[in-house]
Amino acid sequence: MRNLMKWGATAVVVAGCSTFAGLAQAADPIKIGSILSVTGPASFLGEPEKKTLEMYVERINKEGGVMGRKIELVVYDDGGAGEKASTFTKRLIESDKVDLLIGGSTTATTMAAVPLAERNEVPFISLAGAVVIVEPVKKWVFKTPHTDKMAAEKVFADMKKRGITKIGMISEDAGFGKSGRDQSMAVVKNFGIEVVADEIYSPKDPDVTAQLTKIKNAPGVQAVFNFGFGQGPAIVTKNFKQLGIALPLYQSHGVASKDFIKLAGDAAEGIRLPAAGLVVPDQLPATDPQKPVVTAFKKDYETAFKSDVSTFAGHAYDGLQIALAAINRAKSTDKAKVRDEIEKTSGYVGTGGLVSMSPTDHMGLSPSAFHMVEIRKGDWLLSN
Amino acid sequence: MFAAFLQYLFSGLTSGAIYALAGLGFAIIYNASHVINFAQGEFIMIGGMATATMVAAGVPIYLAIPLAMVASMLVGVAMEKFAVEPARNADVVTIIIITIGASIFLRGAAQIIWDKEFHSLPAFSGETPIAVLGATLMPQSLWVFGISAVAIAGLWYFFNRTMFGKAMLGTSHNRLAAQLVGVAVKKVLLASFALSALLGAVGGIVVTPITFTNYEAGIMLGLKGFSAAVLGGLGNGTGAIVGGLIVGIAEAMASGYLSSAYKDAIAFIIILFVLFFMPSGLFGKRGTDRV
Repeated sequence: MRNLMKWGATAVVVAGCSTFAGLAQAADPIKIGSILSVTGPASFLGEPEKKTLEMYVERINKEGGVMGRKIELVVYDDGGAGEKASTFTKRLIESDKVDLLIGGSTTATTMAAVPLAERNEVPFISLAGAVVIVEPVKKWVFKTPHTDKMAAEKVFADMKKRGITKIGMISEDAGFGKSGRDQSMAVVKNFGIEVVADEIYSPKDPDVTAQLTKIKNAPGVQAVFNFGFGQGPAIVTKNFKQLGIALPLYQSHGVASKDFIKLAGDAAEGIRLPAAGLVVPDQLPATDPQKPVVTAFKKDYETAFKSDVSTFAGHAYDGLQIALAAINRAKSTDKAKVRDEIEKTSGYVGTGGLVSMSPTDHMGLSPSAFHMVEIRKGDWLLSN
Repeated sequence: MFAAFLQYLFSGLTSGAIYALAGLGFAIIYNASHVINFAQGEFIMIGGMATATMVAAGVPIYLAIPLAMVASMLVGVAMEKFAVEPARNADVVTIIIITIGASIFLRGAAQIIWDKEFHSLPAFSGETPIAVLGATLMPQSLWVFGISAVAIAGLWYFFNRTMFGKAMLGTSHNRLAAQLVGVAVKKVLLASFALSALLGAVGGIVVTPITFTNYEAGIMLGLKGFSAAVLGGLGNGTGAIVGGLIVGIAEAMASGYLSSAYKDAIAFIIILFVLFFMPSGLFGKRGTDRV
């Protein structure tokens, strides 16, 4: 026992000394803190995000780090719960003393961390979707993924191009789908499109033919748009085929993964949706500046983890790159300077698209970051 | 107009038969022990996940199905042996809480053994919809109806015509009396868990082509199945089926004629209404039991 205490005391002293030494030498690591939903219902977001951050931090450290300083990554798993995200953010800021925050896999966990980042003035790059994270602009908060509003606008623009003016809306009655529906309703009028049926379903409903029958019978309906992710959209797709509805079916970027095509099977044929260039790297024209970035990232990820790359992994990659570039330009980890540099990010080519931020835009993606893709023969077909 | 009504009805019957099948498992264990097994949904999930992952790995489906059924039964037996039996002197509420714990454990284990993705199975008889008077129905829904019918008939026979089934019922009414007339109470409990796990697995396998499955699929199915069982009268097989169909049809009709926003509320209002005026459910026994 006494021995243990002695060792403990020594360890504390040594640790204390090295901290001071570190401060003096300015060679202590750059500390990046991350809250991610690695387990729980949003694990399909958090898990690839965590893997991506760890893989690239390790690689950058091997290559000598940033400004000669190593990067230290501290990741906590919030399990998708807002209150846990808040506690862990507090711990990251107060005891781990991180220089910068990346994370918040979901909108809920991000929004739980936002007040802490703002109050403690720590730069925070979120990996979550909803537009509320950056609208209104919050001084210390940025985000990398496209918003549901952009997805809706992309879909409506495509419909308009095809002369569709009356649509049926169906959406999942939870989180992503709900926010997507609200954003769609807010922007649909700008495209001269009228929503003649507006139906919802629960994420785990075994059958949505009743809702789809109602949409099918709505007067003048020319296309159907579904907002949701996971199992729901696959069931919507199957039921749509079952009812023999001969209208174009649009889905959101929530289904932009190979798993969706696998689940929905033949019924997925012909579905149109907005997706990041990452799902169709080979089909991007050679002139597309995104092509080399997404091709390299897809290869890195898939050789390292032997599983299909997802756009969520890409969001984490973009977040890390934007953060490190800002630190490089600021030539320090001074929080205010880094924040200013993140805001000045301009022309960064990421997996999500071209990013140019400004004091009024803390996401920096334009609608061109999305590509319309169509599902053909069980694969994505670029169809801009 | 009629075509739409028929479509709503089919939609309701499809969901309802799924809820009913989930509800049946609750009836068996309740009949044997007055325990509500909250891990029932997990048996459904295990049946579906085991079959789906085996089929994906290349095992032929006619081999994967019996293997998954055996696996679920083993899980059911293990749960009884290692979680429920050690607490045999505890009261019913304690055992119910143990089943909740077991359900959380099984969900976690499934997440580790398999993964967190959704899985599907090919439909047993193709995906060509059957057209009936302007509405359509998937062949897989007919499988669900058929299996539910077979299960209810089998259970009826088991509990009313076989010695072991009657012994089970006797045990639930009065454990001590059953023991005195020579019923092996321990075996009865073990068999009830094996049987309900088997039934859950069958349910999980036939509904997976319609609803997909993942490690959390048991939560919703368990909850809806429980509502079905309560609505029909706990411990009554026919009741669970009727209860499930009522919940499913009410949801579909509400989505069709009112608004899909009220769908879930309608189902719960019906359940509350029935429980308020018929506390023991539609088919439950009223009054006291006589053994």
